[in-house]
Amino acid sequence: MDGAHDMGGVQGFGPVEPEQNEPVFHGEWERRMLGITLAMARPGQWNIDMSRYARENRSPRDYLNCSYYEVWLGGLETLMAERGLVSREELDSGQALLPRKNVPVLKPDEVDVMLRRGGPTERAIDTPARFKVGDRVRAKVMAPATHTRLPRYVRGHAGTVELLHGAHVFPDSNAMGRGEAPQWLYTVCFDGRELWGTDGDPDVTVSVDAWDSYLEPA
Amino acid sequence: MSGHDHHHDHDHSELSETELRVRALESILVEKGYVDPAALDELIQTYETRVGPRNGARVIAKAWSDPAYYERLLRDATPAIAELGYEGRQGEHIVAVVNTPDIHNMVVCTLCSCYPWSVLGLPPVWYKAAPYRSKAVRDPRSVLDDFGVSLPKATKIKVWDSTAEIRYLVVPMRPKGTDGWSEERLADLVTRDSMIGTGLARQPAEVV
Repeated sequence: MDGAHDMGGVQGFGPVEPEQNEPVFHGEWERRMLGITLAMARPGQWNIDMSRYARENRSPRDYLNCSYYEVWLGGLETLMAERGLVSREELDSGQALLPRKNVPVLKPDEVDVMLRRGGPTERAIDTPARFKVGDRVRAKVMAPATHTRLPRYVRGHAGTVELLHGAHVFPDSNAMGRGEAPQWLYTVCFDGRELWGTDGDPDVTVSVDAWDSYLEPA
Repeated sequence: MSGHDHHHDHDHSELSETELRVRALESILVEKGYVDPAALDELIQTYETRVGPRNGARVIAKAWSDPAYYERLLRDATPAIAELGYEGRQGEHIVAVVNTPDIHNMVVCTLCSCYPWSVLGLPPVWYKAAPYRSKAVRDPRSVLDDFGVSLPKATKIKVWDSTAEIRYLVVPMRPKGTDGWSEERLADLVTRDSMIGTGLARQPAEVV
C-alpha cells in the first residue's frame, strides 16, 4: 500500500538528528514493547509480513504521529484483535474478557533457540531466474492497495540487476495470508539521475531488493 | 504522544497513555498465559546486553586481519558471520558491502526499519525515523553532512535500501597506522555508524 511508511525521497522531514550515546530503549515501556512483540511471535498466529502490514495499514496522520514502538503497539493490537487473542475492549478495560486461546507460549529456555533460528525466507523453487546480473530491468508501475515491498520512488524506473538472492517468500502474498508463493529475489541498482532526474546526484546509486513480479525487462 | 493530562488525577501516576496501554497489554498477556514473564525478561536482556554492534565490529576486525575470512565474508556473508557465532533473527541473509576510496556504501530501510540485528543489535532512533528514511535515497551526501562526515568529492555513494529480508553490513575502510594491531584492538575502531555507512571507522588517535 502507498502509505506514509513508504518514505523514500519524501521531502520536508528536516535533518537527521543523531543522538549522542543513545540508550537502547527510551523508557521502560519501549523495553516491554520489544519483548512482548518478540514473545508474541511464538504463538505463530501471524508472520513478519502480516506484522509489517498491520503497522503500515493506518492513516498517514496516525503513522507519522506515532513513535516507532507506538507503531509496533498499534500493529500488535490489531493482529491480536483480529485473531481473538486480546481484544481492544480488554486493553481499554485492563481486564481479560475473551476466553484464552490454546496457542504455544514462548518459554524462557526457548528464547535463545528462537532468536538464533530467526526466520529465514529463502525457499527452493523449480523455475529458473528470469534475469541475470547485468540485465536491464524496469520496476513496474503498480499501486497495490495491500502490502508490498516495492517502494514508490523506484516504480517506473530502469535499473541494472546486480545480485541474485535465490527465491524468497513473497511478502505481498504472505502478508495477506495467501501463502509464501516464493519468487526470485534480485537486487536492482538505479542511477541517481534515473530516479530524481536532473535534481539527482549523478554520483549516487540506489539499490533495492525486488521480487521477480515487481520487474519487467527494460 | 498526546498532551492530554487526564491520567494525572489518580495513582500518583505520571505515565503517558502509551505507557499505561503497554502496561495493560503486558498484564493481560501474562494473565491469559500468552506471555511468560521470564521469557519476556530473557528477550529484553538479550537485546539490551548481549546483542549489539560489538558483534559486527568483531566481524569487521577479522575481515581486516584475515584475507581468507575477508573473501568468505564477501562471497557469502551469512555463514562467514555465523562462524563467529552471530546468527539468527534479522540476520538470516546478510550481504557485506565494502567501502573503498572510490565507493562509499550506506544502508537504509525506506519502508520500515530493516536492520541487521544479529551484528548491530537494535537500530538507533534516527535510523527508524522519517528524516533518515526519506533523505538517504535522495540526497545521501546531505545525510552524511548531518552526521558531520565529509567524503572526497570524487567518492561515489552507493545506497542500499533494505526492502526485502536481505540485511546489509558495510565494511568500512581500515584506518592507516594500524598494521599489526590485534583483532580486539581493531574492533575498537569500528563504530556502529561505520557499519551502516553514516560514519567512518575511528582513527587510531581517537582510541588511545
